[in-house]
Amino acid sequence: MMEIKMTLNQKTITAAIEPDMLLIDFVRSQGCLSVKRGCETANCGLCTVLMDGVPVLSCSVLAARAAGHRIDTLEGLQEEAEEFVGFIADQGAEQCGFCNPGFVMNTIALLRENAEPSDDEIRAYLAGNLCRCSGYEGQLRGIRAYLDWKKEAK
Amino acid sequence: MLSFNQYVRAQSLEEAYALCQKKANVVLGGMLWLKMQNRTVGAVIDLCDLGLDQIEESESEYRIGAMVSLRRLETHAGLNALTQGAMAESVKNIVGVQFRNVATVGGSIFGRFGFSDVLTLFMALDAKVELYHAGIMGVKEFAQLPHQIRDILVRVIVPKTERKTVYLSMRNTATDFPVLTCALSVLGGRYSCVIGARPMKAALYEDEKGLLAEEITPITAAAFAEDVASRADFDSNIRGSAGYRRTICEVLVRRSVLALQEV
Repeated sequence: MMEIKMTLNQKTITAAIEPDMLLIDFVRSQGCLSVKRGCETANCGLCTVLMDGVPVLSCSVLAARAAGHRIDTLEGLQEEAEEFVGFIADQGAEQCGFCNPGFVMNTIALLRENAEPSDDEIRAYLAGNLCRCSGYEGQLRGIRAYLDWKKEAK
Repeated sequence: MLSFNQYVRAQSLEEAYALCQKKANVVLGGMLWLKMQNRTVGAVIDLCDLGLDQIEESESEYRIGAMVSLRRLETHAGLNALTQGAMAESVKNIVGVQFRNVATVGGSIFGRFGFSDVLTLFMALDAKVELYHAGIMGVKEFAQLPHQIRDILVRVIVPKTERKTVYLSMRNTATDFPVLTCALSVLGGRYSCVIGARPMKAALYEDEKGLLAEEITPITAAAFAEDVASRADFDSNIRGSAGYRRTICEVLVRRSVLALQEV
C-alpha cells in the first residue's frame, strides 16, 4: 500500500491505495460514480476526467500518478454542466445515457479551450467519445443549439 | 491486466536507469499499451517528475521531452510550422483528445510499434533520439535496435531545416490503428519516404533512381510511388492483406508527392 494526496472536486483527500490502482477505480471508490467503466482499452472516453483541467482517460492513468494533481469529475462540475446538458436532453441525444458523463466532461474541456468551435472542430475533439445509441448527430445538434443560445444571450 | 508491486517516481535519470536494469521492472510512458498486457512486473518507473514534459526550442532544433503528450505535438505552433502541419496530421486520428493527452512521445517512439504514426513521421524528419546511456542516435538507427533494450529515452530531437513534409495515413475507420502510414519529406532535392504500419515498423525509402529529380508531375509521382511500393515489404493482418497494403502504398506515396508541391 502507498499513500496519495490529491485534490478531487475541490477537496483535498488523502488515501491509502495499491500501487497499481487505476484512477477510475480510485475516483469511483471516492463516490464519483459518474465516471463509467466502458471499454477498458482506452478507446471509448466514458471514463474521462479532467486532470489539472486537461481531459484524460482515467482507465489509463494510475491513481499514483494523479497524486499531487487536481482531478475533476462531473460531480464537481455540476454548475458548469447544468445549462449545457439541458440542450443535450432537448435533442434526445443521451438515449441510454451511459456515455453521457464522459461526453459532457470532454465537451466542457472543449469549450474551455475553444469557446466557439466549428462543427468540424466539435467532431474532431469528441472523436474519442463513443456512443452506441445516438449516431452523434443529436449530440452535435445539442452542442450547436447550446452555442447558438449562448451567442444570442450575449 | 498489468499488475505490479511498486510504483516509483524516479527523481533522476540515473535512478530511473538503474531501476530499469532489472528485468522485472518497466518504465511507464503513458501506460496505454502497457496496461493492455497480461503481465505482472516488479516496479513501474514513472518519469513524470523529471521535467521531460517540455518542448525546448533552440536556433537549430526542437528538443521534445519523452513525457510530452501527443496532444502537445498536435497543438504546438512551432512544430507544426516546421512540418507544414504534418505533426498534427500524424496524430490527429489517434483515438481521441483524452487518449492523446495521456500518450507520450517517449512511449510511442521507444515501443517502435509497427502501427506508430509518430515513428513514421519522426523518421521522415530525420529526427534523433537521446537515450540516457547509449546517447544520441538517429530514429532510423534506433528503430533497428532489438526491442528489449534497457535504457531511458530522454528526448527526441528534431532539426530545424528547410525540409518540406507531408503526412498521410489510411485507416479502415476513424480513430482506429492505421492500415498504412506514409511520411514524405524533401530537403535539398533529396526525398525521404517512410512507410509504416506495413504492418511492420516504419522503414525509409529514398528516391534511389532519381525519379523525382527533374520535376514533379503526375507521371513522375506515379513512377516513384510504384518504385517505393515494389521495394517495401508488406505483410497481412486483420486490417488488411499485404497486397492491399501495397496498393494503398502506391496511392499514398503518389498523393504525398503531389501534395509536397503545395506545401
